[in-house]
Amino acid sequence: MTMTSNNGSDLAAVEMVSVTVDGVTIEVPRGTLAIRAAELLGVEIPRFCDHPLLDPVAACRACLIEVEGMPKPQPACAQVVSDGMHIRTQVSSPVAREAQEGVLEFLLLNHPLDCPVCDKGGECPLQNQAMSVGRPQTRFDGEKRVFDKPINVSAEILLDRERCVSCARCTRFADQIAGDPMLELLERGAKQQVGTAADQPFDSYFSGNTVQICPVGALTSAAYRFRARPFDLVSVPTTCEHCASGCSLRTDYRRDTVTRRLAWADPEVNEEWNCDKGRFAFPYLREGRITSPMIREAGELRPASWPEALDAAARGLAAAGSSTGVLVGGRSTVEDAYAYARFARVALGSDNIDFRVRESSSEEAAFLAAVIAGTPVTTTYESLEQAPIVMTVALEPEDESPIVFLRLRKAARSGRTRIVNVGAVATKGLTKVRGELLAALPGAEAQVLQMLPADIRRALGQPGAVILVGERIASVVGGPSAVAALATETGASLAWVPRRAGERGALDAGALAGLLPGGRQLVDPSARKQVAAAWGIDASELPTGVGFAGENLLAAARDGVLGALVSGGVELGDYPDHALAAAAFTGVGFLVSLEHHHSAITEQADVVFPVAVVTEKSGTFLDWEGRPRPFGQVFRDSLYESDARVLGMIATTMERRLGPSDVAGIRREHAGLGLWEGFRGQVPDRVPGFTMMGEHQFALASWRALIDAGVMQEGEPFLAATARQVGVWMSARTAASLDHPSQVRVIGPGGSIVLPVQVAEVIDKVVVLPMNSPGCSIYRDLGARVGDAVGLVTVKRHEGEGS
Amino acid sequence: MTLTPVITEHWDSPDLYTLEGYRRFGGYGALASALKQDPDSIISVVKDSGLRGRGGAGFPTGMKWGFVPQNDFKPHYLVVNADESEPGACKDIPIMMANPHALVEGVIIASYAIRASHAFIYIRGEVPNALRKVANAVEQARAAGFVGNNILGTDFSLDIVVHAGAGAYICGEETALLDSLEGYRGQPRLKPPFPAVAGLYASPTVINNVETIANIPYIIERGAAWLRQFGTEKSPGFKVFAVSGHVNRPGIFEAPLGITMRELLDYAGGMRDGRKLKFWIPGGSSVPMLVEEHLDLPLTYEDMAGAGTMLGTGTPMVFDETVSVVKAVTRWLEFYKHESCGKCTPCREGTYWITGMLERFEHGHGQEADVEKIAHVCTQIAGRSFCALGDAAATPYPAALKYFRDEFLAATHTSADEQFDPVASYLFAGATR
Ligand SMILES: Cc1cc2nc3c(=O)[nH]c(=O)nc-3n(C[C@H](O)[C@H](O)[C@H](O)COP(=O)(O)O)c2cc1C
Ligand code: SF4
Ligand code: SF4
Ligand code: SF4
Ligand code: FES
Repeated sequence: MTMTSNNGSDLAAVEMVSVTVDGVTIEVPRGTLAIRAAELLGVEIPRFCDHPLLDPVAACRACLIEVEGMPKPQPACAQVVSDGMHIRTQVSSPVAREAQEGVLEFLLLNHPLDCPVCDKGGECPLQNQAMSVGRPQTRFDGEKRVFDKPINVSAEILLDRERCVSCARCTRFADQIAGDPMLELLERGAKQQVGTAADQPFDSYFSGNTVQICPVGALTSAAYRFRARPFDLVSVPTTCEHCASGCSLRTDYRRDTVTRRLAWADPEVNEEWNCDKGRFAFPYLREGRITSPMIREAGELRPASWPEALDAAARGLAAAGSSTGVLVGGRSTVEDAYAYARFARVALGSDNIDFRVRESSSEEAAFLAAVIAGTPVTTTYESLEQAPIVMTVALEPEDESPIVFLRLRKAARSGRTRIVNVGAVATKGLTKVRGELLAALPGAEAQVLQMLPADIRRALGQPGAVILVGERIASVVGGPSAVAALATETGASLAWVPRRAGERGALDAGALAGLLPGGRQLVDPSARKQVAAAWGIDASELPTGVGFAGENLLAAARDGVLGALVSGGVELGDYPDHALAAAAFTGVGFLVSLEHHHSAITEQADVVFPVAVVTEKSGTFLDWEGRPRPFGQVFRDSLYESDARVLGMIATTMERRLGPSDVAGIRREHAGLGLWEGFRGQVPDRVPGFTMMGEHQFALASWRALIDAGVMQEGEPFLAATARQVGVWMSARTAASLDHPSQVRVIGPGGSIVLPVQVAEVIDKVVVLPMNSPGCSIYRDLGARVGDAVGLVTVKRHEGEGS
Repeated sequence: MTLTPVITEHWDSPDLYTLEGYRRFGGYGALASALKQDPDSIISVVKDSGLRGRGGAGFPTGMKWGFVPQNDFKPHYLVVNADESEPGACKDIPIMMANPHALVEGVIIASYAIRASHAFIYIRGEVPNALRKVANAVEQARAAGFVGNNILGTDFSLDIVVHAGAGAYICGEETALLDSLEGYRGQPRLKPPFPAVAGLYASPTVINNVETIANIPYIIERGAAWLRQFGTEKSPGFKVFAVSGHVNRPGIFEAPLGITMRELLDYAGGMRDGRKLKFWIPGGSSVPMLVEEHLDLPLTYEDMAGAGTMLGTGTPMVFDETVSVVKAVTRWLEFYKHESCGKCTPCREGTYWITGMLERFEHGHGQEADVEKIAHVCTQIAGRSFCALGDAAATPYPAALKYFRDEFLAATHTSADEQFDPVASYLFAGATR
C-alpha cells in the first residue's frame, strides 16, 4: 500500500470505502487495488507483473479473482475496489483458484526449469508460487521454445529469455521509473521477448533494479551471476556510502565477502530503488586494503605495530599542536566526522579543519554555517513530490544524487511539479524530469538567479516550492549568497544536495573551521559553553580564532604555517588545485593519514593508520535531507578500527582525554547537545561573479558523472563499462563553427586533452567535460576549474593518437 | 427475404469510387444536411436508429458516441477500424474498394457529431489497393471542400489521415490499434480508461468499423425510422454479408438482419457441386461454428447468441463434406498462435500449447487424452485472457468437438489428409495434389 508518507491531515482527508474479501469486510482508501486490499487481510494473491510502484498492466493474469457481479475473473492487480464490492480470492473461490492454477501451468509450459543453475533459485517468485498454487505435475508434453542464452542487454545486465515470463516489470521500470525506455518487449506470441535495439543497449544508471524486480531469473547481473545461492547468504540492512541520496541497501555476504547489494525498501527515501553505483561498486571494500599501520623511517614507509605508530603520531602531533590542520574526506560517517571535529579542537587545540575535499569557498562555508548546518529535516523527498516547482542550481541530479533524480521524475510524471534547472546544459536527465533549462554560463548562475523571469519567481512563492542547490555552487562567486537570498525572498524551502554521503554529516558534526557541532559558531560564547561542557573541557580551552579552511588550509600547510596535517579519507586528486594540494601534503612537516586504501597521500605520510570500511563498522550518514541513515556492522569480527577509534587511541597516547569513541557513545554525546537555537553566523552577501572568456574561448562546465574514475568504483569492470561515453559536449552551433570535428583538443590553463565531440543541448560559448572520468580529469589534464575559459582546436583523427 | 442493397446499391456503376460517381447518386447530400443540424441531434438520430457496430461485438453506435465527454477542452478523435484481418471476414475491404466515399462521408458526419477535428482511417497494410482507393477518395473530398477547413462554409473543420497498418491481426483490437497508430508496438491497453475518455493520445476517441461508418450517411439521409424498418428490434438495419467457401457464387449480399443462412446460401447459388454442408461459421473464425440444423435461424445478434455463437463480422464461411474439421481447426489455431500479441499468459502460452497438440492430430498422431485436455485448456484461456483474441482462440475447438468428436478420435491414428482428400476441398478448378 502506498499510503506512505502523507502527513496526518492528508490521510484524514482520504475517502474510505468498504470492501469484502473472502467474507471479511474492511475499510480501505478509495482507489485501493483488490490485490492490496487482500494483502491487508493477509491474503497473498499470486502475482508476477504487479509491482506497487509501477503502473498496472494486468498482463500475467496470475492474480485472477472473482468479483461479484462480473461475469469473468478479474485481475486483482488492476481491479480498483469500490464501495460494497465483494471479492473472492483463491481462499474462497474455486473459480479463482482454478484460474490461478491454470495461469501457473501456462507460465511453466515454456519455462526451462533450470532452477539448479539459476541465480533466482531459492528466492524465486515463480518457484514459490508454483509451489503454492501450481499443479503438482505438468500436462505439457510438447517441445519448449528455446532461445540463445544469455544475451547482454548492457555490459552489466544479462538476459536469459527462456526464463522470462513477460511480466513487463523490467520494461515498465525502465520506461516509467528510470525514464530510460531502451528495454522493450519485442516480437509476438510465445516468441515475445525482452530486448533492446541493436545499436542501443539498456543504458541506464538504474539498470540493476530490473534484476531485483524480475520475478524470475531472466535478468541477472554480470557481477553476481553464478556467484552464490541465496540461502547461503547472510543479509544485513545497510546504508549506501556512495552518495548523499541515502539509499537503504541490503548487503548480502558469504563467509567474509560481500556478494551483492540490493536496494532495500524505504518508502520515505529510496522507495524500492537504488542506482547501479550503490548496487555494484563494492569490490573496493576488499581489494587493495592497507593492512597494518606504517611509519616512515629513513624516508621509507615500513609496517609498524600499533603502539609504535600511535607513539609516532602522538609525538609528531603534540609537537605541532594547534598549528595542525585536519582534513576529513566527505565519506566519513557522522560519528567519525564528529570525532575529527572533537580531536582537532580538544586534542590539538586547532580549528584548522575542513571536510570539503573538492572545490570550496569561504562564501560557501558561511552559507553552509548560516543556512544548512544543524538544521532539522524540513525539505524531504516527499516535499519534492508535493512541490509545485523545484528549481535545481549547480546540480545534475541524475549524476550527483540519483534518488533525487528519480523522485523528481516521479513528481514530474504526476503532472504536479514543474522543474527548472539553472545551468548550461539541457541534459538527458533534465529531459527525463521534463525540466526546463534556465540558461546560465558556468560561474554566472548568481546573476541569473538575481534576474529570474517573473513567472518562475512567482512560482517559487507558492507554498511547497523547493530550491535544491548542489555543492558546485561553491564554484560560483555570489552563488551561495544569491540562492540564500532567493529562498528568503520567495519563501521557497532550500536544501543543499552535496554529492558525497558524509558531507552533510560532517557539516553538522562541526568538521569545518569556525563551526562546532550542530551549527554552533566557534565565536559564540554560549555555543562554546555548550560544546565545552559536552566535551568535558573548559570553554577557554577551545580554540579562540577561526582556523584555516579550504585552500587557505592547504596553502598554510604548504607554506609551513601549519606544522602538521591529519587527513582521513582524502583523495589528493579531488582538490581542484593539484599543485597546491600536492605541495601541501609533501611540504607539511608531519603528516598522519587514516585510510583504508593506499593513495598518493598515504605515500607522503609519516604515519599511516588502516581504518575500517563501511562494512566493518557501524555508523550513520546524513542524507541531503539531513535525515539520519544509521547502519549496522556487516562483518562483526573485523579487526579494523573506525577513524573515531584510531583518533581516540592517538589522543590517549597524547594523554588527552577525548570522551567516548565508540559509535554509541559518540551518538549519545552528540545528541546530548540538542538543537542549536542561537546565532548561526551571517548569511553571505556577495556580489555575483562573471564568467570571462576571450573571443575564441569557451566557458567550462563540468560535474562528476555517476560512474566515473572514482576510487570506490574500482574492481568492477562491468559497472565501469556502463559509464557514459567520455567526450566534450558542445552545441550544434559550436560544432558547426569548428566545421563539425569528430574530436577536438581542449586547451586549459594547465594542459590540454583530446576528446571526441558530442553534440548536445549545451548553450553556446560553453563546453562540458566530465570532471573525473577515465581519460578526462579537468583538474589533472587541463588545470582548469568549472567556469574557467578553455580553447578548442579541431583535431584530425590521426593527430589525436598518442597525445 | 429479399436483398436490400444500400451501401452496395450502385456497386455495378463503374465509377462509384470517384467523387462524381458517388455524387451522381446523391452522395454528400447527407453531409450537407448533417452540418445544418446540431451535433447532438446527429448522435440522437444514430441512437434512435439502433445501429450496432459492425466490427464484431455489435455495440450500439449512438451510445458509444454519447460516451464522449463534451466541453472538456481536449481534442476528440474518430478512428475507423479498417484492419479487417479476421479469417473469413471480407466486407470492409470490398466496401472501401467499391464505395470509399460512403466511408469518407460517414467519417465527416461522425466526426462532426463527436466534435472531432481529426479522423484516422487505419487500413490493413496488406491491401494497398484499398488504401489507395480510400486515400484518393479523401483527397477528392478535400478538393471538393468536404474535408479541410470550414467545411461547406460552416466553422467545422476536419482533417482525415489514412494510415496503413503493418501486418498484425491484433491491431484490429481497438486499443492495440490506438497504440499502433501512436507509433508503438500494437498491444491492447488496460481499460479503464476507455477510449471514449482517454483513447488516441489520451484524448476522447471513438473507434468504429468501416461498415458501421459507411451506414451513417444513409441513416442521416433517410432517418432512424427508415433503418428500423429493417431487421429486428434488437438488430435493426441491414448488413453486408460476405459469403465465402464451398458455395457456387461466393460474394457480398446486403440484406436485412434476420435473413437466414439458408436464404443466403440460395443467393450464393447453393452448395458447390451440390455437395452436403458440413459446418458453417456466421462471422469470422472467432465465433463458434454451426451446422445444418442452424440454417433457418435468423442472422441477428440475439439469435446467434441464442445458438451459442455470435453474428461477429457477419461474414459466413461455408464448409462442405470434403473438409477435415481437424485440419480447419488446426489452421485457425495456428493463426491465433501466430497472431497472439504475447502480452498475456493464457493466450500466449495457451495457443502455443493447443496448436502443438492439434498439429499432432492433423498428422494422425493425436493422443486420445488430448481430446479432453485441449477442451480443458480452452476453458483456461476463455475469459481469462487480456483481450478478446484469447477468447477467440479458445472458440473453434470446443464447437468442433461438440459436432465432430469422432473425427478427432480418428485423428489419433489417421491423418486429416487420409481422412479427407484435401484436393477435393480445394476451390480452384482442376486442382491436384
Ligand atoms: C483481435 C481482434 C481483432 C479485431 N479486428 C477488428 C477489425 O479488423 N475491424 C474491426 O472493425 N473491428 C475489429 N475488432 C473489434 C474492435 O476491437 C472494435 O470492437 C470495433 O472496431 C468497434 O467498432 P464498431 O463498434 O463499429 O463495431 C477486433 C477485435 C479483436 C479482439
Ligand atoms: S525479464 Fe524478468 S522482469 Fe523483464 S519481462 Fe521478463 S520476467 Fe519480467
Ligand atoms: S543513489 Fe546514491 S545512495 Fe543510492 S545507491 Fe546510488 S550512490 Fe548509493
Ligand atoms: S489475449 Fe492476451 S496475448 Fe492474446 S492478443 Fe490479447 S492481450 Fe495479446
Ligand atoms: S499480477 Fe495481476 S495480471 Fe499480473
